[in-house]
Amino acid sequence: MRVPVSWLTEHLELDDEVTSDSLVEAFVNLGVEVESVEQVGNVAGPLVVGRVAEVEELTEFKKPIRYCRVEIGEADSDEIDDAADVASDRTAADRTAVDTAAADTAGDVAAEPADGGAGEDTVDGGLPKPRTNGIVCGARNFAEGDLVVVALPGATLPGDFTIAERETYGRISQGMICSAKELGIGEDHSGILVLPPGTASPGDDAREILDLDDTVLELTPTPDRGYALSVRGLARELSCALDVPFGDPAKLDVPEPEGEAWPVRVEDPDGCPRFVLRRVTGLDAGAPTPWWIRRRLLLAGMRPISLAVDVTNYVMLELGHPLHAFDTGSIKGDLVVRRAEEGEKLTTLDDADRALDPDDVVIADDTGVVSLAGTMGGATTEIGTESTDVLLEAAHWDPASISRTARRHRLFSEAAKRFERFTDPQLCEAAVERAAKLLRQHGDGSIQPGRSVVGEVEPSPAVTMPINLPDRVAGVRYERGVTVGRLTQIGCKVAVDTADDGTTLVHAVPPSWRSDLTQPADLVEEVLRLEGYDSIPSELPPAPAGRGLTGAQQRERAVSRALAEAGYVEALPFPFVSASVWDDFALPADDARRRTVEVRNPLEADKNRLTTTLLPGLLDMVQRNISRGTRDVSLFHIGQVVLGGEEQAAAPDPGVDGRPADDELAALEAAVPDQPRHVAVVLAGQRLRDGWWGKGEPANWADAIQAARLVAAAAKTELDVEAADALPWHPGRCARLIADGETVGHAGELHPKVLEALELPKRTVAMELNLDGLPLREVRPAPSISAFPPVLLDVALVVDAEVPSAQVAAALRAGGGELLEDVALFDLYTGEQVGEGHRSLAYKLRFRASDRTLTAEEATEARDAAVAAVTERFGATLRG
Amino acid sequence: MSEASDKKSASGGEALAPETLQAAVTAAEQAFAAAADLDELASVKPAHLGDQAPVPQAKRALGSLPKEQKADAGKRVNEARQAVQTAYEERLAVLKAERDEKVLAEEAVDVTLPWDRVPRGARHPVTTIAERIADVFVGMGYEIAEGPELEAEWFNFDALNFGKDHPARQLADTFHAGAEDSNLVLRTHTSPVQARTLLHRDVPVYIVCPGRTFRTDELDATHTPVFHQVEGLAVDKGLTMANLRGTLDAFAKAIFGEESGTRFRPHFFPFTEPSAEVDVWFPEKKGGAGWVEWGGCGMVNPNVLRACGVDPEVYSGFAFGMGLERTLMFRNGIPDMRDMVEGDVRFTAPFGTET
Repeated sequence: MRVPVSWLTEHLELDDEVTSDSLVEAFVNLGVEVESVEQVGNVAGPLVVGRVAEVEELTEFKKPIRYCRVEIGEADSDEIDDAADVASDRTAADRTAVDTAAADTAGDVAAEPADGGAGEDTVDGGLPKPRTNGIVCGARNFAEGDLVVVALPGATLPGDFTIAERETYGRISQGMICSAKELGIGEDHSGILVLPPGTASPGDDAREILDLDDTVLELTPTPDRGYALSVRGLARELSCALDVPFGDPAKLDVPEPEGEAWPVRVEDPDGCPRFVLRRVTGLDAGAPTPWWIRRRLLLAGMRPISLAVDVTNYVMLELGHPLHAFDTGSIKGDLVVRRAEEGEKLTTLDDADRALDPDDVVIADDTGVVSLAGTMGGATTEIGTESTDVLLEAAHWDPASISRTARRHRLFSEAAKRFERFTDPQLCEAAVERAAKLLRQHGDGSIQPGRSVVGEVEPSPAVTMPINLPDRVAGVRYERGVTVGRLTQIGCKVAVDTADDGTTLVHAVPPSWRSDLTQPADLVEEVLRLEGYDSIPSELPPAPAGRGLTGAQQRERAVSRALAEAGYVEALPFPFVSASVWDDFALPADDARRRTVEVRNPLEADKNRLTTTLLPGLLDMVQRNISRGTRDVSLFHIGQVVLGGEEQAAAPDPGVDGRPADDELAALEAAVPDQPRHVAVVLAGQRLRDGWWGKGEPANWADAIQAARLVAAAAKTELDVEAADALPWHPGRCARLIADGETVGHAGELHPKVLEALELPKRTVAMELNLDGLPLREVRPAPSISAFPPVLLDVALVVDAEVPSAQVAAALRAGGGELLEDVALFDLYTGEQVGEGHRSLAYKLRFRASDRTLTAEEATEARDAAVAAVTERFGATLRG
Repeated sequence: MSEASDKKSASGGEALAPETLQAAVTAAEQAFAAAADLDELASVKPAHLGDQAPVPQAKRALGSLPKEQKADAGKRVNEARQAVQTAYEERLAVLKAERDEKVLAEEAVDVTLPWDRVPRGARHPVTTIAERIADVFVGMGYEIAEGPELEAEWFNFDALNFGKDHPARQLADTFHAGAEDSNLVLRTHTSPVQARTLLHRDVPVYIVCPGRTFRTDELDATHTPVFHQVEGLAVDKGLTMANLRGTLDAFAKAIFGEESGTRFRPHFFPFTEPSAEVDVWFPEKKGGAGWVEWGGCGMVNPNVLRACGVDPEVYSGFAFGMGLERTLMFRNGIPDMRDMVEGDVRFTAPFGTET
């Protein structure tokens, strides 16, 4: 909320002037966020009150323009001569003197009907003639006789906007008539600022009249502190921080009522625990709001509207209790507070027709709903320009109910903002009284003797805690009396006694405006906060004996590093996908990956599924890189996927009063879908780059499979690989990845049709495997290595072309026995020499014994056994 | 032939004459010195060290000398032979060195040529800073806890003292998933991991929870709907807010340098009471060292401990949480949140494998 410093300090007994800087520091230390600090009306040069003497409408332009004669004082005034001097030397900036801003919004003028009552200031014939300036103005919300604020040539307005005499719209304009915004008083830019009659005389220094020497703080209290959305609450906070006495503006005489103000029935005491009405009659409908109220509203960022409305807003800002003003004459019959009925509608003050929800609390009369309780009033009972009879309402609403209504109707009004945070239920009478008195004082109304009061709110119970609990929580020894002193300062009624075990206890009854103080920890926070968090020292707790990273955590790091070192760049795509991606992947209708969990409120309507594979996100990012000019892309991602599975039971709600029972906890955990951690890579373009060294090599299926092997190696395990036909991969270029006999993923080239559908480059390759599916090996056993020399023998085997090389190698290993140390494929040949449908696989075999130098005979024998194994399994022949 | 042998025997004395030997040495020295390269040296070598060269011939002539002259002449011949041999070897060494030098010079390459045939990859800075932070806390005795991203509302909100009507639960702030009544949300913080840990492990507990989190903010320069947090939780007997501060100060110094430290400002979170926002002193702040908003923290609300089966009369705890993207933005000077989510390799590659 925006609030001028002068208003805050009005309620504090300050010995010395406090600077706004020190207030800002105090608020920060209190936990009230300071969003901005703004100097009001940073105006230099001549700024005076003027009276509009004559208005000439200029109609020859695109928009209506007024040329005004404005009285700005007496003819022989020194001040005016000075101003004229400044104007005539024309050193001022070349900005236009036309009220450009007001002209922009000339169609949207504030309702500030001129009452023509300039009479009391009319200059007598015997006095010196008034001095007038001619001023061109685009605003239309004023009339002859109105008091306005004039920036004379030479004046500089906020934003370094200097006014000069200037010819415009065919007239000489000697100054500018200002809007509130142009003067730096709030945001109101709907027309020029018209001062209430009698506020000042033409020629008076407007800076003084407008009280421009002030600073506005924009403050955001935390959401648990509803009371701090008011001058009353903020000033009280300051009084604690600055340790100065506080004068409560809500302490005022509330007379005993005589009867009801209006007949009321509260049918929903849960939604409305308290409802108070006060009536003011005989109001002067045209009475202007006094400048000091309008000024504070403007500085708070609100737009003055009419006395009755302005007064309710003013009391809300001052006391923190929103009020609603009904036009009494428009109410038909008793007021009833109840929940809305199905199908009921209300046109609210913002002219919106709203369909009400049966959960909305409303106020109704005989005609139906007249107000959306605590959120916004209805149009039918709105205070109008003719209203003279006003019914003031102050109620205590259930915060949760208001919160739901505000969200449902997207109506985050100032009132709802306060009610949903909690308002002081004991403040209702004082709030209506304050408003009624202001209406009597400034609108000539008479306060009716009746007051309707329905419902009582029980005071919050006392909170008891050991008196040294704040010390124990903070790790600080506070001085004696600090806890009692601070709790008293925030308004608690505090008593101290001793428990049976000798502990000194403090009992604090929270004040009516503090619904947030319900447990000892809440009281502790108040003491610590007001004593200052700065006084809490920095002490490391004794280190516990931790066990370091788990095996799975170490594994994930190792995999991540290995992929990065191998040239892959990590990407972190979002998990949101469109269901149509599975069609692009050409997945069969019953594919498990199609069983996604739906996001009910996605940011992009189309991407409303949680992905079951990491590939769609990575492929999107490949595409983005290509579109940005990077054609050779190797990406990886390690992340959770959400497996939809079969119908999942809803998560139960075990409450929060204690630990859930074991079966409840198990049910809760079972309701959360399985979310294994996957790792995936995608490669497009070149893996080995072109360069001065020659041609590069495009990424191919083998790179994808090698990435899987790399992952496995980093995870301290190995993968078996076999041919597979699994979408979205190419049916002839896809490997199934197998760990301990279980399929953990796939790798290879993506299917050409899938690449076409996804608009990805041909031959893009990918790998994805379930990292959690790999066996977790904590310790790797050491190999035994022999220092004896090896015997190297080559063999070339011709086998059926369909036989996978991995199986030939496996057969060689099996047949070669213990002496065969290593098998390395060094050549692949297909062609005439080996015959149609066959290929030759050439291996280097390395034989070695662990305990002796191997003889050639032994090695040859082992080689023959290895070859025999392949011959037996695959009918291989030795190539000559 | 006979003439030659005559000449030889006749010249035996002459060949052994000191001046003859000296001349032969000088001639050899000059010839070796004149050899410009190893080939030339090889070609002049036989004339001075070969069988027919003057000095070896002189040596053979020794046999015909009278016995009494043998010792003296033998000494002269040996000296001459050594001198020629030395001259040869010295020259050979010089020429070999020259040749080696030349070969190396010829083999010189342009070492500035690029050789990034497979450019190095990189890990995302979010990953590496999460690891860095995890390591700092592992060093303080903490363990790393993880949990699911799609989470039961009870773990994400109820257990953490969010009331049933708390606005953070609304569709406007939190992604809800699954069937209407499934009570599943995409976790809005990693705190549900803390609740799960407390429910399954005996206190004392000291954990940090890095992970991906979700809120319904539209992606722009300073917001992203999918982001990462690191949260910490300590529950033990007698933990104080001073301990919290000590822990965060140590954390800040580890990440931002010895000069760093923290400042607490009172704040409100449902799961802690008292609560604070944490500012960190950042020595490299743009425009000069200063405080930067970093995260939230506080003493674990007794309601949270109760819901997780921990007796708040016996145990107390503290918790804290920071956004990793935000931390990276000011720590590494990343100007736009979108750089971290779009997956453009030009952004990530320069980070390498550690931040």
